[in-house]
Amino acid sequence: MRYILRRREIVADDWVHLGEDPEGAAALIVPLERLRADGARWAAWCGRLGVRIAPGDAPEDLAAQLPHLALVAVEFPNAGDGRGYSQGRLLRSRLGFRGELRAVGAGVKRDQVFLLARCGFDAIELGAGEDLEAARRALTRYTVAYQPGAAGIPLERQRFTL
Amino acid sequence: MYRYDELDQAFVEERVAEFRDQTRRHLAGELSEDEFRPLRLHNGLYIQRHAPMLRIAIPYGLLRSAQLRKLAGLARRYDRGYGHFTTRQNLQLNWPALADVPDILAELATVQMHAIQTSGNCVRNVTADHMAGIARDEIDDPRPYCEIVRQWATLHPEFTYLPRKFKIAITGSAEDRAASEVHDIGLRLERDAHGAPGFAVLVGGGLGRAPAIGVPIRDFLPLGDLLGYLEAILRVYNRHGRRDNIHKARIKVLVKSLGAAAFRDEVEAEWQACRADAPVVTAAEVERMRTFFRPPRYEALADRDVARGREPRFAAWFRYNTRAHRVPGYRAVFVSLKAHGANPGDATAAQMEAVADLAERCSFGLVRTTHTQNLLLADVRQDELYAVWRELEDQGLAMPNIGTLTDLIACPGLDFCSLANAGTLGVAHAIQRQFDALDYLYDLGNIEIKMSGCMNACGHHHVGHIGILGVDKHGEEWYQVSLGGSANGFTALGEVIGPSVPKHEVAPTIGRIVEVYRALRTEDEPFIDTLRRVGLEPFRAGAYALHPQAA
Ligand code: SF4
Repeated sequence: MRYILRRREIVADDWVHLGEDPEGAAALIVPLERLRADGARWAAWCGRLGVRIAPGDAPEDLAAQLPHLALVAVEFPNAGDGRGYSQGRLLRSRLGFRGELRAVGAGVKRDQVFLLARCGFDAIELGAGEDLEAARRALTRYTVAYQPGAAGIPLERQRFTL
Repeated sequence: MYRYDELDQAFVEERVAEFRDQTRRHLAGELSEDEFRPLRLHNGLYIQRHAPMLRIAIPYGLLRSAQLRKLAGLARRYDRGYGHFTTRQNLQLNWPALADVPDILAELATVQMHAIQTSGNCVRNVTADHMAGIARDEIDDPRPYCEIVRQWATLHPEFTYLPRKFKIAITGSAEDRAASEVHDIGLRLERDAHGAPGFAVLVGGGLGRAPAIGVPIRDFLPLGDLLGYLEAILRVYNRHGRRDNIHKARIKVLVKSLGAAAFRDEVEAEWQACRADAPVVTAAEVERMRTFFRPPRYEALADRDVARGREPRFAAWFRYNTRAHRVPGYRAVFVSLKAHGANPGDATAAQMEAVADLAERCSFGLVRTTHTQNLLLADVRQDELYAVWRELEDQGLAMPNIGTLTDLIACPGLDFCSLANAGTLGVAHAIQRQFDALDYLYDLGNIEIKMSGCMNACGHHHVGHIGILGVDKHGEEWYQVSLGGSANGFTALGEVIGPSVPKHEVAPTIGRIVEVYRALRTEDEPFIDTLRRVGLEPFRAGAYALHPQAA
């Protein structure tokens, strides 16, 4: 059983990535290219459906599918690749995605979670071997944000306005 | 200048705590070097040739006396008693121990300083004109906007892991002393028909490999839109900038590959799409920032002839090392970190303390760093100039050479930097020796030499009237010479004049180049003008004359 951070809580993951056990899960995360290649199959799928996007994918291209998706997982292959932050931000604020926005991949560590949360990620699946409890604490490491719109930081601890 | 409020103070302290934990994890083996690298870089820490190097941020080059004193103390306690001021107005300590760095950062936090985002692939220290607020040709003071941009860029959740480093400069004057055209984003203050301030926006300038001059993408950006528009530019870059090749990752490459017009369209489209939920710079916020940069309480004085009857060395210093001030009765005073025999940009702890004291007594307690690697006391009463000069002279900080050939810029080079191909300090000393005679130096007038130890161009060699670039030739240090670069007003990239020369030939080659100038100049014509008038050829011919070693 995998545990993840969801809105500052450590919870058992109720989602399964395609290819993981158990295949028959009721909530499945499918890579974008598989979703595209096999559109009909996934349209008929009656469980909850999520998609996993890679750093080079454009969130705008997902616009039509988003209403049918309960989760978008954004891949951070390493800590240095910051494209996922923009993808998350666009999914939330431009495309209005309200489902679970999850950061996944080897680049997701406690040192990134504060930034991730502020780009709209409400779920964090840490890279292998990472300490969940430490990551949970890191979410509240900063009590101040210089940018407006930071979830979890009171307005009077933010700068600028939207 | 800006003073931290409770939020700023809480933030830097939280940042120190985070880095202390990251350093501890690294030293305990929980974070590999690869994992630790981006984290330490975001806190200004490099691993250099001999030891770690810590780059401390001096936002847009402004320091209070107490801060400079703290830097002196840190240099003494954690380093070898000196620091190096850089072309980006920051300070580098060359010998701190890794385990001490969290303590150094904690000490910096006690004087409202930090080393955040002075390296790594993020938005770096915002730089500005060192004459901000006192220049006679100023359109508007850039510093309030620099501080707004600094805060907005600090730990920006979306733009902390960019493809590559990102440098922003803001200039408020007609003469571009901030070199805004060779920054990733250059912002030039303008006023609209109603007198409201805004910015001309340039993107894609930069030195290093494939140097480029920024292209204009907006003639006038209203103040309120500043941060939103910056976010639009950075989002386009963060999404589409190359990440597969470190040498092609700067925004200038993206601008070039898309074409300036297509890039601008992309940014404008992003801006239209994001402006509804972009941060706004309100008039109240601008007003709040402006209050920090109000002019000090100047006295009503008249300009006076302070050099008359004084010794010639003072007169020379007055002429070369001081500048006109907006307010009558005051001058801006350069503290020269270019004494002959010294490393350009280096200052000892004792020198820093002396300057801090002087500033406290004679310049409203403020010191500035300049991109030419000097310090500046911005507001000195003319009737105190002589006393200030005596003190600077005592400290070895009054070399009367600002704007002359020996006021040269040099990166630390092979002596410190692990990326270097060749040394810069030895060459700088040879040039200082060759041009030690002041009469000759003054006769040559304004000549800017800029020198880098490798392609990364920290010494801005592309925009030197004379540029020097260290290259590695079969394990030996050789130097490429370029001519015709310039960064203020009329930005141009220098052209390499021919084959590189060995170390001992650099100073003599420059000697021959300036002799060509002396022979060809018309009366009072500055070096760069002669060069532009007659072209490179005569200089090329002269530079290599009597020089069989060139290969
Ligand atoms: S130009 Fe090269 S040698 Fe000089 S400081 Fe920069 S990286 Fe080091």
